[in-house]
Amino acid sequence: MSYGVCVEVWGEYALFTRPEHKAERVSYEALTPSAARGILEAIFWHPGMTWIIDCIYVLKPIQFAAVKKNEVRSKINARTVSAAIKKEQGSLYLAASEDRQQRAAVMLKDVHYVIKAHFELTDKANPSDNHGKFSDIIKRRLRRGQCFHQPYFGLREFPAHFREWGSTEIQTAYPNETRDLGYMLYDMDYSDSMNIRPIFFHAVLKNGILDLRDCEVQR
Amino acid sequence: MADVIKNRYEFVILFDVENGNPNGDPDAGNMPRMDQETGHGIVTDVCLKRKIRNYVEIACEDQEGYRIYVKERVPLERNDTEAFNFLGVQKNKDQLKKLKKDNPELDMQIRDFMCRNFYDIRTFGAVMTTFVKNSLNCGQVRGPVQIGFARSIDPIIPQEIGITRVTHTTEADAEAKDAPGTMGRKYVVPYGLYKAEGYVSANLARRVTGFTEEDLKLLWTSIINMFEHDHSAARGKMTVRELIVFKHDSELGNAPAHKLFEAVSVQKKSDEAVPRSYDDYEVRVHEDKVPAGVTCMRMI
Repeated sequence: MSYGVCVEVWGEYALFTRPEHKAERVSYEALTPSAARGILEAIFWHPGMTWIIDCIYVLKPIQFAAVKKNEVRSKINARTVSAAIKKEQGSLYLAASEDRQQRAAVMLKDVHYVIKAHFELTDKANPSDNHGKFSDIIKRRLRRGQCFHQPYFGLREFPAHFREWGSTEIQTAYPNETRDLGYMLYDMDYSDSMNIRPIFFHAVLKNGILDLRDCEVQR
Repeated sequence: MADVIKNRYEFVILFDVENGNPNGDPDAGNMPRMDQETGHGIVTDVCLKRKIRNYVEIACEDQEGYRIYVKERVPLERNDTEAFNFLGVQKNKDQLKKLKKDNPELDMQIRDFMCRNFYDIRTFGAVMTTFVKNSLNCGQVRGPVQIGFARSIDPIIPQEIGITRVTHTTEADAEAKDAPGTMGRKYVVPYGLYKAEGYVSANLARRVTGFTEEDLKLLWTSIINMFEHDHSAARGKMTVRELIVFKHDSELGNAPAHKLFEAVSVQKKSDEAVPRSYDDYEVRVHEDKVPAGVTCMRMI
């Protein structure tokens, strides 16, 4: 038995980066299942449960916008830090103006989705955990607007607002229309932490709905 | 050491620009950033974070625990004894070797070390992922503070200003007959009032970076003063006009963020007037729209 939730999310911008365009980021046309999972996990998550995204409803037409920013090139190198801790040497900072690259991004504008999802218990669940308990916590958080941290659409500068979807009917932006979105990232496979692998699926937006319940995934 | 924050916060920053370029667009020859479809001006989140970092760097001058990781210039300095104090070890080679050997939690220590030392990592987070030989992976540290793009209240109309300069760069230019001065150009927004929205997650503060009450106070101060030490020929006159903070009674929060943001209304006083100063706007916080369990504070 599974308990479902229906969460409405919206925001000014979104960027669900295509892995093949990650230096100069280009967004997918719609919310990916992994980003949707991230949004739900920002609201509530526990090691004893795992979110499964069933459907994503696209409520506003797909629109793109572009932005270019100055970004830094490097990441913090763990080895440099550990050397600094251990050997008492090395300079720890990033010189933003010297280690800079300008990167353009194609993002989505004015997005609005409804995420239909359910959760399943994992073997890390405590004996006292059950579907009803988690379900109550989630409902409460949605109602009160509580979250672990503010969810976001792909990047943290694009905050996502959320609330429980109130009605049973969902009017999408593309009724009576089928759009083939091509291959999209489904999620990452974290089962082997030394070899985290992406999973893809063939995304078809049917009547504005991305149905993930019966999709074939490719590893 | 002050306590880690225990409350969730949301905040709204209102800042304005007079005859300046708040944030140039590298894609458009450094014109002020704009949403081309609506004409609203945009200032990116990273632009504001840069100002906050710069303020903290100036105000704290590399005080212990308040260093800035992403710097604009390169001061040559070394962080040495600080690291040793953190790990509670002496400058003793044998002891260090041993530490290296039997320390499976080194990556978590690195993460904590960076968070404790650098204000910007504690606040905004940092990517510390490197898969080096010993597969050290300190992870992607998300800081508690999250800021969205700032957007102007009304459409902006940037103006291109032609400017001249009487000197020449090269000797050859100077010797050329009738050499005129060089022409340059700059873009200014005559006036624009921008609004940015931000979030502070107490959960991330507690579980990841240890962002404290004192850090929060410094964050508010740095937001209020972020343009005061950022004057330049390009910026014109920029001022933070309002910092409205919503404090939730609890760590998880008491109300949805969008409802709190909706409690702040910013409107032009008259429909006809072209806004040219802050006085042309009226900012109101509708206290009746602020749900129970949330305190609204106007910090300026």
